[in-house]
Amino acid sequence: MNASRTTTTAGRVLRQLRHDPRSIALMLLVPVLMLILLRYVFDGNPRTFDSIGASLLGIFPLITMFLITSIATLRERTSGTLERLLAMPLGKGDLIAGYALAFGAMAVVQSVLATGVALWALGLDVVGSPWLLLLVALLDALLGTALGLFVSAFAASEFQAVQFMPAVIFPQLLLCGLFAPRATMQPVLEGLSDVLPMSYAVDGMTQVLTHTDMTADFIRDAAIVAACALLVLALGAATLRRRTP
Amino acid sequence: MMNKPPDGADRAATPAVHAHALTVRRGTGRHPRTVLDDLAFDVPRGRITGLLGPSGCGKSTLMRSVVGTQAHVTGTLDVLGSPAGHPGLRSRIGYVTQAPSVYDDLTVRQNLDYFAAVLDPGGAAAERRRATVTRAIADVDLTSRSTALAGNLSGGQRSRVSLAVALLGAPELLVLDEPTVGLDPVLRRDLWNLFHDLTATRGTTILVSSHVMDEAERCHDLLLMREGRILAQDTPDALRTRTHSATVEEGFLRLVDEANALTREQTR
Repeated sequence: MNASRTTTTAGRVLRQLRHDPRSIALMLLVPVLMLILLRYVFDGNPRTFDSIGASLLGIFPLITMFLITSIATLRERTSGTLERLLAMPLGKGDLIAGYALAFGAMAVVQSVLATGVALWALGLDVVGSPWLLLLVALLDALLGTALGLFVSAFAASEFQAVQFMPAVIFPQLLLCGLFAPRATMQPVLEGLSDVLPMSYAVDGMTQVLTHTDMTADFIRDAAIVAACALLVLALGAATLRRRTP
Repeated sequence: MMNKPPDGADRAATPAVHAHALTVRRGTGRHPRTVLDDLAFDVPRGRITGLLGPSGCGKSTLMRSVVGTQAHVTGTLDVLGSPAGHPGLRSRIGYVTQAPSVYDDLTVRQNLDYFAAVLDPGGAAAERRRATVTRAIADVDLTSRSTALAGNLSGGQRSRVSLAVALLGAPELLVLDEPTVGLDPVLRRDLWNLFHDLTATRGTTILVSSHVMDEAERCHDLLLMREGRILAQDTPDALRTRTHSATVEEGFLRLVDEANALTREQTR
């Protein structure tokens, strides 16, 4: 790994994004609009908005980053630029860390915007520190980037890549505790939700929602999400092959 | 004159590429397909070697093997003195794939800036990189389009951006997979002049594939391929003389006919 090649790659990914202002606008504004929508859907029930809103602050970055990473790396694979890069002295780690850095930076901007609007404009009532919300959002974004990168190896086209979104993300969404507390699920599903990383993302957000301090549970949740992201990133690196079969 | 080797090229030096019993099988499962079958050839240094043959004869697979991005390669394949795919070779070989591999959502200059920074990283090299990038853009005659998005360029211009990337870092060996496909005659001539200039002034070895036989006349050496085998390795002059043909194309067809007759006899 080479720090300078990693940052160059991150800079290149952001430069590509800059030529696509519509994608940037969608990435930044859609989560904010969804939160506003949600706020007025639960107009008569602000407590529900608090809990679902906080969870969504963690889920948005995961979904967005999953989508853009899977498409971006799929393009890299199909356009031949990946083959070219791997024929050059670029480490796989440099490429992956570059993507994680670039999309991580986008995720920070997205989360700052969404968290800011939720807390100060929509009156989301969070007991803990907004910084911890941001931290979880960033870890979720990394997890999304990692999953997207991994999944892109199994997609032969952009058409297939977007189909992976419901396949990989929806089950986690249903089982993460957003719709029903995980403890009340059918035991098999509860066990399944225990091994899915999004559950810990949502649990972490709930900890911040209800506790003033950083709890031990919060640290555990954050650590699990971070560890999952790193594990999947490593799996993603293994799918980048220097040699064409 | 075109086919004379450049002055100062060291003919006695070890070849840039040396292959012996080179075989590549592709495809998974119980029935892998033999794409390259027991090849033996040399690519001499400082010269232009043309790899010619019909589409699907294994040219691209052979080029990927040389660059080190092809899996399931068996036999001997030495490139610039190291086994093909050796990490130390990655900065010494320039490779242009058949389809232009550049980022459509970056400008010409941004594309080259990125690849140059991968080859020669660090802030200290920034000035050197700027010069290299400017020269590479000028080499492929795209200076006036350097701020255009690659995606907005014509097909020929995009393939020249891809070629410019391969010229970065002054590689010792350039592997070019059909670089002139879809280019107009003027551009094709300019590119071939560039290739000759590179071998003459920078001592670059060029391995270039084409299925257009008239380009063969512009090469110093030829490797003629058919169905995963080397049909002949010769200079264009020698090939024409040996096959009593006026052009390389005619010579190639004569060799194909001979090979076909031989196969028929063997299967009879």
